[in-house]
Amino acid sequence: MAALWLARASSQLARRAARRLPGRHGSGEPTSPWFLGAVPPPALGSPAVETSRRGFCSVRRFAGESSAAAAVDEEPENGFVASDQQAVDFPGGKVSFVAEMNFLPDSMKERINCYLVLDDDGRTISGSRFQEVSKELALKMYSEMVTLQIMDTIFYEAQRQGRISFYLTSNGEEAINIASAAALSMDDIVLPQYREPGVLLWRGFTLQEFANQCFGNKLDYGKGRQMPIHYGSNRLNYFTVSSPIATQLPHAVGAAYSLKMNKKDACAITYFGDGGTSEGDFHAALNFAAVMEAPVIFFCRNNGWAISTPTTEQFRSDGVVIRGQAYGIRGIRVDGNDALAVYSAVHAAREMAITEGRPILVEALTYRVGHHSTSDDSTKYRPVDEIEHWRTARDPISRYRKWVQGNDWWSDAEESELRSRVRKELLQAIQVAERMPKPPVTELFTDVYDKIPSNLREQEQLLRDTIMKHPVDYPTDVPV
Amino acid sequence: MAAAASSALHAVGAVASAKPRSAAPAVARRRSVRVAAAAKGGPGSSGRGRLVTRSAVAAKADEAAAAAGSKSGGHELLMFEALREALIEEMNLDPTVCVMGEDVGHYGGSYKVTKGLAEMFGDLRVLDTPIAENSFTGMGVGAAMKGLRPVVEGMNMGFLLLAYNQISNNCGMLHYTSGGQFKIPIVIRGPGGVGRQLGAEHSQRLESYFQSIPGLQMVACSTPYNAKGLMKAAIRSENPVVLFEHVLLYNLKEKIPDEEYICCLEEAEMVRPGEHVTILTYSRMRYHVMQAAKTLVNKGYDPEVIDIRSLKPFDLHTIGNSIKKTHRVLIVEECMRTGGIGASLRSAIIDNFWDYLDAPIMCLSSQDVPTPYAATLEDATVVQPAQIVAAVEQICQ
Repeated sequence: MAALWLARASSQLARRAARRLPGRHGSGEPTSPWFLGAVPPPALGSPAVETSRRGFCSVRRFAGESSAAAAVDEEPENGFVASDQQAVDFPGGKVSFVAEMNFLPDSMKERINCYLVLDDDGRTISGSRFQEVSKELALKMYSEMVTLQIMDTIFYEAQRQGRISFYLTSNGEEAINIASAAALSMDDIVLPQYREPGVLLWRGFTLQEFANQCFGNKLDYGKGRQMPIHYGSNRLNYFTVSSPIATQLPHAVGAAYSLKMNKKDACAITYFGDGGTSEGDFHAALNFAAVMEAPVIFFCRNNGWAISTPTTEQFRSDGVVIRGQAYGIRGIRVDGNDALAVYSAVHAAREMAITEGRPILVEALTYRVGHHSTSDDSTKYRPVDEIEHWRTARDPISRYRKWVQGNDWWSDAEESELRSRVRKELLQAIQVAERMPKPPVTELFTDVYDKIPSNLREQEQLLRDTIMKHPVDYPTDVPV
Repeated sequence: MAAAASSALHAVGAVASAKPRSAAPAVARRRSVRVAAAAKGGPGSSGRGRLVTRSAVAAKADEAAAAAGSKSGGHELLMFEALREALIEEMNLDPTVCVMGEDVGHYGGSYKVTKGLAEMFGDLRVLDTPIAENSFTGMGVGAAMKGLRPVVEGMNMGFLLLAYNQISNNCGMLHYTSGGQFKIPIVIRGPGGVGRQLGAEHSQRLESYFQSIPGLQMVACSTPYNAKGLMKAAIRSENPVVLFEHVLLYNLKEKIPDEEYICCLEEAEMVRPGEHVTILTYSRMRYHVMQAAKTLVNKGYDPEVIDIRSLKPFDLHTIGNSIKKTHRVLIVEECMRTGGIGASLRSAIIDNFWDYLDAPIMCLSSQDVPTPYAATLEDATVVQPAQIVAAVEQICQ
């Protein structure tokens, strides 16, 4: 069975990795749990060379040798054994040379394997290693996942009813949202794309605060200036969402840089989708983070779709995790619909990022169950039964619930109580938010600069005069 | 603080109220700043008749203006050294100030503005970045949002076009869209303008492109004195500030005060008071204007020359007072005719001072062409003193 193979193979790889791995700071400590089951075989030399014999590539990098030079100990196909006399010296270090042309393959024989803890029935697969969670934490994770799901449903409906102008859901990505958030500390800086409200929810943003932003009322922390779902909270260390794709990745490097300067015991984490990895900012940010040894977790939600663009049209690499190596960044591929796997991976990534001062790339495979946003109808470009399959059979919440219930930590009665309570709270929050007045016209001109300059004050006066002269042309519920 | 702050950005057409020449900037700092008040260039204290030679590269800037208020002799330095001095002072005063850009660290910067800083402050605080302008500007934005005060260097202003998204969508906007929760006290600086045969991509005037971005402030330095003062003020400002330096002005020499001083970001500089015509200019064109002024004086004209310095917002107070006196305006800029600073300035003057004008506003700009490499052609795209003289004669007839 695949699960058994995975468990056995992972322990074999673990033993090999343990032999090669010098441990943190080269001190030869025993293997760390995060190297199990996710050791990526490096793509070097001809494809015919047995890739599973190679250990974890970046180990050699720590030792100051290039991976190619260190491949000396394995006999290459063509029979040449590189030695010091057969190495050339160039900026960047020594490389051994070969007499035959040997193009690196465009892809490896096998895709990078995916770290997984729970099977579809919510049972831990045999031999899996994961970060343990207490009952309290496990239940908090579960109830926040449910809350996120209900919040999405209700706000989406509100948009459909015309009560808010726009919304986008995180359907299918609840495990990514909540489990990754649960593995972080409040000091870690979160730089979201836009499909991660669950991280903010986990940190304590209330349903009322979410509603206020969506309605753009005077209690919105953004003062009504941004579209719905563009949440931001300095207090909760969650950078305000900015629509352009992947612009937050360089910000994350900057935020991590500030953590390094202040020597803080925290990291930055930034989220982006599969589409975001095509942006220039993705490549440069990864490169920067590697060169600068910045403690950032680059978390890719590979949900298969960038609006209507499937990943087959987005890139030709083996997903996103494979790119980390190109920048000198350690990476892991994880099942994004498996809450425990996501939790463990982020927990490990965070520890590495902080203690070793390095970036980590996490690729969470998942599926975007909802449409891209309320402005999209995804049935136009993908089959309805595919969507249904992922919404039901592959639902991350059900899968996790089965595990929680399997531990006797949760019952059906608690389930219905939770759902009806959250639903009621949300409907109440929406009603309150809807009735709350909008920000006054003054707020159109504040915060452009730290203090309002004279030209903006003039423009404000002009606007106010115009509204006073023609009140019937302006909405009555906006205070002047 | 509040009073000084609100008057820092002048109200339009305000009667000569207390101009904050000696006021601290609109940011509360924990140390006091003594500003050489007289040195800011009030009427009579600036270099009347002290004009510069034709080649702006090795010119001596107006001395009197700068050193007038200096109590202890002052010291002479070149403009790039003045910028560096400002950086060093601010980095010593405030540990959150950091520098990032290409080759700014151990190499010392392409124009030596950051020379020696990496040795003094370490290579984390003076950070060499890989070549990705959008990304290191973005990095600066992220760092600023978390409490640092980065000074981001574009090796040439033209390269910052690659950073346009970060500058416009994030730098300019995030304070606003976050509802004031995150501020971006970043300084973006670098050499721009037309140099000596650097080719079109290295001769950009980015002030044209950036001027509409809400949330940004823009200043252009032109002398060692104002370079140091503006750099310090920009670093202390809570807003994102773009500081435009000019490739050909880095070796200008001037004596500046030994005492600490800053320049007000929103203020224009009176270079030469006069009666007949208001000439508004900035950066390198200041020197072409002063060269032309020499000829004009010999011909019997009395031009008032104002280095506007603050490109966004315009110091309409100083400019307005001048127009009310002379009633004639000539704008001399390096930007292209279309959509340049001159175009906006003209529009602002018409909005506010129409009744005071006795002649149409003239504007001398570069043509709407990419800057050619050939020296003769390049000279032809930049406004020359002879054109300035002719324009003044035309306005004043």
